[in-house]
Amino acid sequence: MTTLELQFGGGLEALFSHKKQMEVRVPDESVRTIKDLIEYIRTTLIRERHDMFISQGTLRPGILVLVNDVDWELVDAREYVLKEGDHISFISTLHGG
Amino acid sequence: MVRACSSCKVDKAAVKRPKTGKAVCKKCFFGLFEDEVHQTIISNKLFSKGERVAIGASGGKDSTVLAYVLSLLNRRHSYGLDLFLLSVDEGISGYRDDSLAAVQRNKVEYGLPLLVVDYKRLYGWTMDQIVQVIGRKSNCTFCGVFRRQALDRGATLLKADKVATGHNADDIAETIFLNFLRGDFPRLSRCVDAVTGRGSELPRVKPFKYTYEKEIVMYAYFKQLDYFATECVYSPNAYRGHARQFLKDLEAKRPSAIVDVIHAAEQFRFPEPGNPDVAMPVQRKCERCSYISSQRLCKACILTDSLNNGTAAQVNRFSTNKFSSNE
Ligand SMILES: [Zn+2]
Ligand SMILES: [Zn+2]
Repeated sequence: MTTLELQFGGGLEALFSHKKQMEVRVPDESVRTIKDLIEYIRTTLIRERHDMFISQGTLRPGILVLVNDVDWELVDAREYVLKEGDHISFISTLHGG
Repeated sequence: MVRACSSCKVDKAAVKRPKTGKAVCKKCFFGLFEDEVHQTIISNKLFSKGERVAIGASGGKDSTVLAYVLSLLNRRHSYGLDLFLLSVDEGISGYRDDSLAAVQRNKVEYGLPLLVVDYKRLYGWTMDQIVQVIGRKSNCTFCGVFRRQALDRGATLLKADKVATGHNADDIAETIFLNFLRGDFPRLSRCVDAVTGRGSELPRVKPFKYTYEKEIVMYAYFKQLDYFATECVYSPNAYRGHARQFLKDLEAKRPSAIVDVIHAAEQFRFPEPGNPDVAMPVQRKCERCSYISSQRLCKACILTDSLNNGTAAQVNRFSTNKFSSNE
């Protein structure tokens, strides 16, 4: 198992009972990359309004991801390999001006 | 392995900038972000020394970052501006309460005076009451017209010379698309300007015209600025939503798309008012409330009348284009 610190912001916290931070333990054989993590969040953490998070089978464009406070675009994005204790933030840009 | 910042070559890169593709560290990102807003302000002559500027503050990400950055640049570059926060309370329970609370916290944190104007007092109707009468179909039409005028009225109360809004590059690209799709040429030519109503009593300025939404959110995230993100409970603006999603999809493939759309629209030229080929509306004053208007009565007065005499539902049916409020 891998322990991860997840953070949700920019309105996404509404999908997680308004919890902005949570610690999760994910099975390391099935959740290896952020791509797997997104799928894990979709299937096990989100109960409703999946379209706020997922679009056409992938993370909805307009949601920013940071890995230990670094833009995921700088660390292989979806293919980033998760490490024990990683802090992964999902921040929506889509809500409220 | 994270690469080094392409700007200072020292610190670890933290942001990939959508406009340039460059990887920069937090500190350089803050500097570049702030400098670009400063450049937009200077090159478009958005402000003059001694002006009173009302910042349209919704408690959301854009206006929160705008209030923070304008205060900072005002000090750093001695703009000599008097800044104010100006919020509109539409009277939407469960939506505005939380975001107005965020504005109240900004007021304390940034030390800026705050004025809240509300629909109920200005028009006699809250959005909750309006929706009860007209339903959820085109309530954004009413809200848009009312909000625009409410901001102007509030700014006048503050004796403001200008209103600054948090419209960012993504918003502007989206509006360009919408106006194009509607064939709305007067708005198409106006919506891309960093200053609208230059020379009028109350020009509106957009210091974030070239600022990407992604960077605004990153800036707020790293600075831990306090904003409130939610969707309006009545927001059924599906058409705008499509344009928005379309642009986000484009941006995911080619990040410069947003600023490219803006640059393209800046090159549009339309005939001046008076040219018989294209009827550009002539501006005059509303006979009742003296708000600027292209007809005898302003849109807000027409809509308020329709609510008061019970014809709002009909007005609503024909309103999509005529009253569309997006700039
Ligand atoms: Zn740097
Ligand atoms: Zn009027």
